[in-house]
Amino acid sequence: MPGRAQLLGVAVGVVALALVPVLAPPFYANLLVPFFAYAIALLGFNLLFGYTGLLSFGHAMYLGLGAYSAAIVAGVLGIRQFELVLVAAALAASLLALPIGFLCVRYTGIFFGMLTLAFGMLAHSFLFKFYHLTGGDSGMRVPRTRILGLPFDAYNKIELLAGPFYYYCLALLVVAGFTLWRIVHSPFGLHLRSLRDNPQKAEYLGVRVRQFRLAAYIISAAYGGIGGAILGFRIGLADPELVHWTHSGHLVFMTVLGGFNSFFGPIIGALALTLLQDQLQSITQYWRFVLGAMLAAIVIFFPRGLAGIATDFARLYKAPKQPQVAQ
Amino acid sequence: MTAFANVVLGGIFHAAVLFLVAAGLQLVFGVQKIVNLACGSFYALGAYFGISLVNAALHTGVPAVLLLPILIIAGLLMALVGPPIERLLRSVYGRDESFQLLLTFALVLMFQDVLRFIWGANPQSLGSEVLVYGKLSWGDFTVPIYNLLVIAAALAAAGLIGLFLRRTTYGRLLRATAENRAMAEALGVNVRTVYASVFSLGTLLGTLGGALVVPTSAASLDMAIEFVIEAFAVVVIGGLGSMAGALVGALLVGLIRALSLVVYPEFEILAIYLIVIATLLLRPAGLFGKAAS
Repeated sequence: MPGRAQLLGVAVGVVALALVPVLAPPFYANLLVPFFAYAIALLGFNLLFGYTGLLSFGHAMYLGLGAYSAAIVAGVLGIRQFELVLVAAALAASLLALPIGFLCVRYTGIFFGMLTLAFGMLAHSFLFKFYHLTGGDSGMRVPRTRILGLPFDAYNKIELLAGPFYYYCLALLVVAGFTLWRIVHSPFGLHLRSLRDNPQKAEYLGVRVRQFRLAAYIISAAYGGIGGAILGFRIGLADPELVHWTHSGHLVFMTVLGGFNSFFGPIIGALALTLLQDQLQSITQYWRFVLGAMLAAIVIFFPRGLAGIATDFARLYKAPKQPQVAQ
Repeated sequence: MTAFANVVLGGIFHAAVLFLVAAGLQLVFGVQKIVNLACGSFYALGAYFGISLVNAALHTGVPAVLLLPILIIAGLLMALVGPPIERLLRSVYGRDESFQLLLTFALVLMFQDVLRFIWGANPQSLGSEVLVYGKLSWGDFTVPIYNLLVIAAALAAAGLIGLFLRRTTYGRLLRATAENRAMAEALGVNVRTVYASVFSLGTLLGTLGGALVVPTSAASLDMAIEFVIEAFAVVVIGGLGSMAGALVGALLVGLIRALSLVVYPEFEILAIYLIVIATLLLRPAGLFGKAAS
């Protein structure tokens, strides 16, 4: 069970997010929709990175797959139900992750990273070059769909995103977070951490290391697919840039910014980067430089990310309980 | 037949530039065990500065025949960014490799805006200076002499690096450090200066490659993130840390790209990544690498 302080934090966070469409202009609610997409995707990504110790540099592939699934299910097939889109996105991502994960989890460390990067670029060049199938660099349109079977015809796209769809995504994030919390704190999650910290010993004790890594990879891919479907719905487009390796880099960036040693770190990172990027883009066209400098500072000085800084602050006020390694 | 020869020669030219950048990547990985994503940014930096320097030189009346030396000087000058960046990377030596990778990714982001700040968002290119050395014609088959000079320069670089690593004392120190850092340090090798010089040499190879390519193609902001991926393919195919691997890998990637452009354009990049994946799965150490851990 989460501690009382954590439950309180989650409750405050959910209430604060729920108040955004009420209190702030629609612009902000609209801005936070990608945050939900990234938060969900990164929860899964961190199961792989933070808890299993595998850094994928091609994870944007699954976000892209989610968006393209949305384009195919809602656009090409004309099934305008967002729940079915989500199921299709998660299924497609898991199905693709099965063979790719099977090949990738034979390696760890830098080789795992390079192999996932290569698969990501393979997917990118496929989407980019096979114009007649995928629309090439102009991508595929993701049309509006019904949400919970309701058409919301009275709303235009912005109102839909800032209203019903916003709460829909918030609910999805809560469900996704709760599910992942259960996964992480199950015996399965314990297995993952044991094989992250000492794969030889885990194997010696009878943990089937590769199967567990593969399972973590598939779960993280499914989360990525769901995040990608939300992202596709928000943009209204699925295009190859979603799959580019720099986008994968941004996923890692957000996770490290928030802190991959912490369950909630990726969510904090996604929120921080979404807001920060928006602010920076309105101030300067050189926002990449600022983000890069921040990433460098985080990597060098605060490797435990914002969540790590927060726990350090919290500790100033009370006696230390135990060292915090991904609980 | 002449079309085929053109394609092959184009592929070899591409391979020559690719080899320079990939050799820098190899050197840094071999000795420092860092995958430097920023090597593509060094390449772009050399390209942009090469254009500026050539234009400035021609403007002040330097004869165009000096194109090649000017570009080499441009590459050498831009390699000066190497030592300060190595100083920055020093803070993550010995840390987890994902942190090292992320720090070089941060450099990629920063460099992109530095280039945008100095040279603007529009692609830049030189005029017809590439033809200053004339063309070699054989029936329908023509090739600028400049391209041949670059290929020769890359081969010369390969030979020099090989000689340096195998025949000189300092080269032996580098290889010893790559083999076993702790032991080398215990035997009195100054690992700090070795790392600094290796990284600077790696940077130089990147900026030089960029400077040499600009007479034939434009410099753009995207070239950094696109080229690093290709250089990465080269080192994986050739084997991480191996110089011979970089040479063969560059040749393979260059030729495959050139050929697939003619035969089946959709396959251009796809073919390269299929080979990368096949290499990683079947022979993760690459064609020339030692068995990986």
